[in-house]
Amino acid sequence: MGDLQIRKQTKTYDAIIVGSGAGGGMAAYVLANAGLKVCLLEAGPMYDPAKDSSQLKNPWESPRRGASTKFRPFGDFDGCYWGWQIDGEPYTHVGDTKWEWWRARMLGGRTNHWGRISLRFGPKDFKRKSIDGLGDDWPIGYDDVKPYYDKIDELLGIFGTNEGLDNHPDGIFQPPPRPRLHELFIKRAATGIGIPVIPSRMSILTKKINNERGVCFYCAQCGRSCKAYADFSSSSVLILPAIKTGNLDVLPHAMVRQVITNKEGLATGVSYVNTLDLAEYQLEGRTVILAASACESARLLLNSKSAAHPGGLANSSGVVGKYLHDSTGADMGGIIPELFDRKRYNEDGVGGMHVYTPWWLDNKKLDFPRGYHIEYGGGFGQPVYGFQWGMENLNGTYKINGKQKEAGGYGASLKEDYRYFYGAHIGMAGRGEAIAFESNYCEIDPGVVDKFGIPVLRFHVKPSEHEIKQAKHMKETFAEILHAMGAVITWGGDAGPENNYGLHAPGNIIHEAGTVRMGNDRRTSALNKWSQAHDCKNLFCVDGGPFVSQADKNITWTILALSMRTSEYIVDQMKKREI
Amino acid sequence: MDRRKSIKTLLISSASFAVLAEACKSDDKKTVTAKDIPVAGDSGLDRMKEEEEYEKQLMANTFFTPDEMATITLLGDMIIPRDEVSGSASDAKVPAFIAFIVKDMPRHQTPMRGGLRWLDVQCLNRFGKSFQHCTAPQQVEIVDMIAYPKKAKPEMQQGVAFFSLVRNLVATGFYTSEIGVKDLGYMGNVPNNWNGVPDDVLKKYSISYSEKELKECISFG
Repeated sequence: MGDLQIRKQTKTYDAIIVGSGAGGGMAAYVLANAGLKVCLLEAGPMYDPAKDSSQLKNPWESPRRGASTKFRPFGDFDGCYWGWQIDGEPYTHVGDTKWEWWRARMLGGRTNHWGRISLRFGPKDFKRKSIDGLGDDWPIGYDDVKPYYDKIDELLGIFGTNEGLDNHPDGIFQPPPRPRLHELFIKRAATGIGIPVIPSRMSILTKKINNERGVCFYCAQCGRSCKAYADFSSSSVLILPAIKTGNLDVLPHAMVRQVITNKEGLATGVSYVNTLDLAEYQLEGRTVILAASACESARLLLNSKSAAHPGGLANSSGVVGKYLHDSTGADMGGIIPELFDRKRYNEDGVGGMHVYTPWWLDNKKLDFPRGYHIEYGGGFGQPVYGFQWGMENLNGTYKINGKQKEAGGYGASLKEDYRYFYGAHIGMAGRGEAIAFESNYCEIDPGVVDKFGIPVLRFHVKPSEHEIKQAKHMKETFAEILHAMGAVITWGGDAGPENNYGLHAPGNIIHEAGTVRMGNDRRTSALNKWSQAHDCKNLFCVDGGPFVSQADKNITWTILALSMRTSEYIVDQMKKREI
Repeated sequence: MDRRKSIKTLLISSASFAVLAEACKSDDKKTVTAKDIPVAGDSGLDRMKEEEEYEKQLMANTFFTPDEMATITLLGDMIIPRDEVSGSASDAKVPAFIAFIVKDMPRHQTPMRGGLRWLDVQCLNRFGKSFQHCTAPQQVEIVDMIAYPKKAKPEMQQGVAFFSLVRNLVATGFYTSEIGVKDLGYMGNVPNNWNGVPDDVLKKYSISYSEKELKECISFG
């Protein structure tokens, strides 16, 4: 390598935001609209769903028929760049830790492909320690966040229904889509055994919300990101509109190395490497807002050591990287004989489920402390790679058009079988709350750097008996529902203590949080209740990092609400010259 | 509805989409250059540059020999022959899909190559010829020995595993082709208004929407 120089960008910003997912996009939107000069750094390329999405492609337009690759673990049409592994950007594990870390590298981050499941935390979700003695209470409560949930419901759009349920707050909803056939079956069976099934709550537009965004046209492909901007992506709904204010500059291909601080310990900007030409830069700003994802933000803080912050930035408490937790997950699938040989019609609907089950039980009467919700799948999906794989395990089990066949086979008779079983499969996924433990953490691996020379994360995470017992309960519930609807389990029925009852490896559900947690006590938290660092008043974190606990709800809607709340606080503090 | 028409409908159903795409183009100028925008590869799909490079590499390689491809084509058309509903595996270009997928998923390479050789050796021992040069009745005879996992003889189990893999690859290739998707009757992947399960289907399964659902859910005409 020749002479390595660090170039200083001449423009100084009011705010530098690292990361362009839900948290970073919202911060950019609020601050740019408030008139601040904002620079958003994103490690991946620009992305605009309108131009770049693979929406409405047919399976044969992919040479691998939609199968996954390391570049797109959720399939060839998926709207997310990278996933569990990125070339040249490793992460490591301690002992038998099985942590899996999903990282997106693109404008909008993971919001380009996420499930759009948008659930408010309830009042109890902020105060779990007071209820069961585990983990910690948040320094804020539902009433602090409710005004922001209301605002994002209206700004971003969400469908659902007001049900008046305990701890599953109502919202400002557009009408949901009608349930599909298998969802009506599930609802009838589950409600019959006391398990509620209600319309799902997803940030997809069933009604027009403004002139910039289209309305859902029911192709079921939100995961590819929507060309009509009819679902919420940070790219389409927040960042591209924020660019139009003239107050936001986006720097793609900018991998942030470090937050720079001065002698007083205040943040003065960031240093980053351009991933295309590997040139090194510094950028100055009045505030630095981290939104790189819970673990990337923790990594950045831990890599930003200085004389004023010897243990890493915002880490005098030593909690940065700790309390790492993900949603729990366990799944099961089955086949509904009543649905064999179904009449064909288009039942794509929205991308994902039209109904779901919110947590419905009282943990005081159970042997595990926190709840879960259930997501449902099924129907006439677009055939992709793996379609009806393993027919030899199915077609000898049921009479097909009245005939008992030998399992396996070939020829015209086999073609009949594929048609016969199409659209009769369903799946269930439990997604629940894990306890945030100090002993589950990520830290800087002392011996490993990525291809940019940035020290990487090392993970140390183990599921506790609480999560394992919860997974056991999930599996029992799924089996009960399947049984009640006359379905037969086809996969996921092999749960036992030997496999933690099918509990997914932590990280696998991609709801990681807790690594830069907020709190009133600066000895046990990195951020105050505004997501502002105790140790550095012009440093903020607005991704999953600040979460004290993460409820039995997907966390994106709360990331958005908290990011909006923090961003408004930043505007206010800047006006008052506090930062 | 054909594809071209469906895209037209998309444009109509979201009138703002073309305008917005245009607007974004000019707004990006300041910090984004042409090389930043992902370029679609040969497949016409959105591709990162790393994906493009990977696919170029795959396309440049060949895995199966011409003889192996001939056998795969024969087996494919036995598994998915032309019938009164649709064409055959080779009509749907399934052999080309299999030739690609084993390069993309190297885990299939040894089971496929080894299985094809296993099959040829079996045929050589029984009929004195490799599979592709056997008569049609001979090909059926050997395939019948490995196509039915539960009744196959223990000494044929390696052949059963191979044939199950071929069946799965052929079927997945066929039912994700244009011919196969039409055969299945998948009617989605087009802009539409979801108005719930059709009435005759609800009636058939003796199930109905609740008053609450009819009142609260979005409905069309």
